[in-house]
Amino acid sequence: MNKKFYGKVIYDLSKEGRRAYSLPQNGLGDGLKDIPAVFLRSKAPLLPEVDEPTLVRHYNNLSTNNFGVDTGFYPLGSCTMKYNPKINEELCALPQWQGLHPLQPVETVQGALLAYDALQKALCEIGGMARFTLNPYAGAHGELTGLMVIRAYHESRGDAARVKVIVPDSAHGTNPASAAVAGLKVVEVKSLPDGTIDTEALRGLLDETVAAVMMTNPNTVGIFESAIPEIAEMVHACGALLYYDGANLNPMLGIARPGDMGFDVMHINLHKTFSTPHGGGGPGSGPVGVRKGLEEFLPNPRVVPIDRDADALFGATLKVEKSGKSLGRISAWLGNFAVELRALAYILTLGRDGLMLAAPLATLNANYVKESLRDLYKLPIDRVCKHEFVFDGLADKSTGVTTLNVAKRLLDHGFHAPTIYFPLLFHESLMIEPTETESLETLDEFIEAMREIAHEASEDPDKVKNAPLETPVRRPDDTAAALTPKVTYFEL
Amino acid sequence: MGHRYFPHTPGDVAKMLERCGVASLDALYADVPESLRLKGEYDLPPQMSEQEVRDYFAALAEQTFPLECFGGAGFYDHYSPAVIPFITSRSEFLTAYTPYQPEISQGTLQYIFEYQTMMTQLTGLDVSNASMYDGTTALAEAMMMAVAAGRKKNKVLVTETLNPIYREVLDTYAHYQGIIVETIPASDGATDFDALASMLEGSKDVAAVIVATPNYYGILEDLTGVADKVHQAKALLIISAPAVTLGALKSPGEWGADISAGEAQSLGMPLNFGGPYLGYICCTKALMRKLPGRIVGATTDADGQRVFVLTLQAREQHIRRDKATSNICSNQGLMALYAAVYLSVTGSEGLREVNSISAAGAHYLAVELVKTGVFELKYPDRPFLNEFLLKYKGKVSLATLVESFAMSGVFAGVQTADDELLVCVTEKRSRRSIDDYIARVKMFASNNGNL
Repeated sequence: MNKKFYGKVIYDLSKEGRRAYSLPQNGLGDGLKDIPAVFLRSKAPLLPEVDEPTLVRHYNNLSTNNFGVDTGFYPLGSCTMKYNPKINEELCALPQWQGLHPLQPVETVQGALLAYDALQKALCEIGGMARFTLNPYAGAHGELTGLMVIRAYHESRGDAARVKVIVPDSAHGTNPASAAVAGLKVVEVKSLPDGTIDTEALRGLLDETVAAVMMTNPNTVGIFESAIPEIAEMVHACGALLYYDGANLNPMLGIARPGDMGFDVMHINLHKTFSTPHGGGGPGSGPVGVRKGLEEFLPNPRVVPIDRDADALFGATLKVEKSGKSLGRISAWLGNFAVELRALAYILTLGRDGLMLAAPLATLNANYVKESLRDLYKLPIDRVCKHEFVFDGLADKSTGVTTLNVAKRLLDHGFHAPTIYFPLLFHESLMIEPTETESLETLDEFIEAMREIAHEASEDPDKVKNAPLETPVRRPDDTAAALTPKVTYFEL
Repeated sequence: MGHRYFPHTPGDVAKMLERCGVASLDALYADVPESLRLKGEYDLPPQMSEQEVRDYFAALAEQTFPLECFGGAGFYDHYSPAVIPFITSRSEFLTAYTPYQPEISQGTLQYIFEYQTMMTQLTGLDVSNASMYDGTTALAEAMMMAVAAGRKKNKVLVTETLNPIYREVLDTYAHYQGIIVETIPASDGATDFDALASMLEGSKDVAAVIVATPNYYGILEDLTGVADKVHQAKALLIISAPAVTLGALKSPGEWGADISAGEAQSLGMPLNFGGPYLGYICCTKALMRKLPGRIVGATTDADGQRVFVLTLQAREQHIRRDKATSNICSNQGLMALYAAVYLSVTGSEGLREVNSISAAGAHYLAVELVKTGVFELKYPDRPFLNEFLLKYKGKVSLATLVESFAMSGVFAGVQTADDELLVCVTEKRSRRSIDDYIARVKMFASNNGNL
């Protein structure tokens, strides 16, 4: 990453008369001249006018002020920032995919449907589910879809009283928000001091008004909820369904499947566990799986086998259809298709043996970092963790150096910061998830940096409090940004 | 044992286990009850070499056939300039997460800021967010946003001329939100605004009115005076349009919209069998604090430099949790970069030209197809840009025509009924390709369905 700040916006480079476009011409004239003026813009939009070399240099320079997984260690808890394999980029961008219109005749898109179906089936095997839809575009979209499946299931039974979702207080922020958007009321259940769900408190909340319980396992403090069989039993006994937030699936690959743990509905973040790049905040993909008996509620459209006896042209075996019992449609078509292709390539590349090795190595990396720093950082939950764990800030709080300061100082050391101030269980949460694709040497460098920062916090606390000092820009004034929002170039 | 993505040597693993005070990798899972443990292995193939994975994908790709595309219906085949994938595949952009640490994420934050600026220019509105998943969910979020802004009002009026795929998504979200959706009828392919006026008259529970132009049939809707009627009823006006058309057509802001939401895939993004695409949503300043998703704003850093940050976060799911009116977290960030680069490539002149070339091709094709006698325009009196609805008059079924076109490598259009075909022409369709389409129709008709 370039430590010098580039700082220009493309509009800064705009000059009237420059152009970067070259369009194919059909020689049929100006098609707008016969369109009545009432339908046309009176004023052209103000867009940049740049030449191609200027444009390319601008975006290249912008990129050099950005930190990605390919730049360095990115231990962002609950985000699973693992290596994004390059072969996947090649395979998802073949012209045979890019040129496919979703509505072109089904016999001309069989390869795409086969890819969708292959990934759907692989995810069923990995999740222990009966069927997946790949249509949801992101994790939160998957949560929403999964909760809609649950509501459609209860509605189909005439069970209209189930309006609540129980969510642990350690849950990802999207869980309660997804429940609200699905039209459900959220009830929080407290965690025990060891970070696991309070099963007795949960039992007390379960009744005939509960539609679902949402959990992630391991939970957001990285602890496996060993009581899950008992929890599943009590949830099912009250007629509710158990939802698995797949954000933390990575450490469970090959170890235990959500379906076998008793979960009825789950989503998977392909951009976490299955290595697709996050793209600065998307596109992701949030496939939703369901156990047997719930398949019919999955969203439309769906990819299904063609009846062999029907007149399948060109050997077509799959088609896209809508089902009447479905919860409805939640996306234009079959999801972020190019992201799905990347995940399929990843699963094939790792294979059953590679997938089963990813999980323990991710867990080993997390425990190694935890054990190497526990003397200097406060470890509120002292157990073997899974893929991630949480420190509650520095062990020595007397210096006034906060988790935010530690995170910012890490940037000076060339690392991305961990997730901070989440989960909400602790005041100074610092959530670290190394993933399996980091080497011992990288982890040691990170540990060394964290130790240096802890010592610096005692010796020169102001230096840590003023961090970062060596990044392209310094700490921004967030308050000013929110007070007088300037959200377009022409407000600058 | 081992894989090229995992750096661990056996010696590393031993050293690390020792630090952890754990005997084996398996012992890290001692807290997982035996009854839950996966018995044996996944029923999946073992790891493949890179070449084997390539071959696997090549075999799949051999079974897909991109066609010379005359289909639209919400998915548009515009030209993708070569510089865009070059830029969006830069790993600093591609492999970054959400810009939570602005000091090392200025690249992402700046392109989102550029994108926001360009989208407000296209829509003629004040504020844009950082992106939505796709056009359908963007419009659903616009509906929910309007209902949240309308406090106790929970009815939304939606034009019959909206793309049915969009309508299905609206209906799904509305059902679970308890929003009532009513249809504004169409007359001769366009929204019946007299009917809208009577639906609004005396109603107190309408939060928003949703219209689209160009509508599903490609028709340009005359929205003169509509915003006034909607605002008199104290409702909000939401206008949806394929983003590329806003380079030529009157913007939602000019029509008086409060919110504009829709699909931006038409900004040169590959069809890609449906994704990733890019939903856009823009609104007036008055509604800014109701806008879902992330917003980037400008500020200064400790050294006084102009820098960019995620702002107005009090609106977002991670703060509001169960009070949130949207749950969006990950969006389509990289596709916002795609759009920003596309619009920088075209500028406003290029974007106008994309539309003028496309419209010229479409109008030429429409006229020539009507001349064949095989088709007529379903709505001959309505203006259109580059997409139009045909009524088929041939003897052999229209489905057979579409099939036989596909066999010769052409996507004839989207069938919206047994005898209706929605046809779209973009600047990518050459004069020769359009003439070829016309010739095929003539041949099909004269040979009784044999090409």
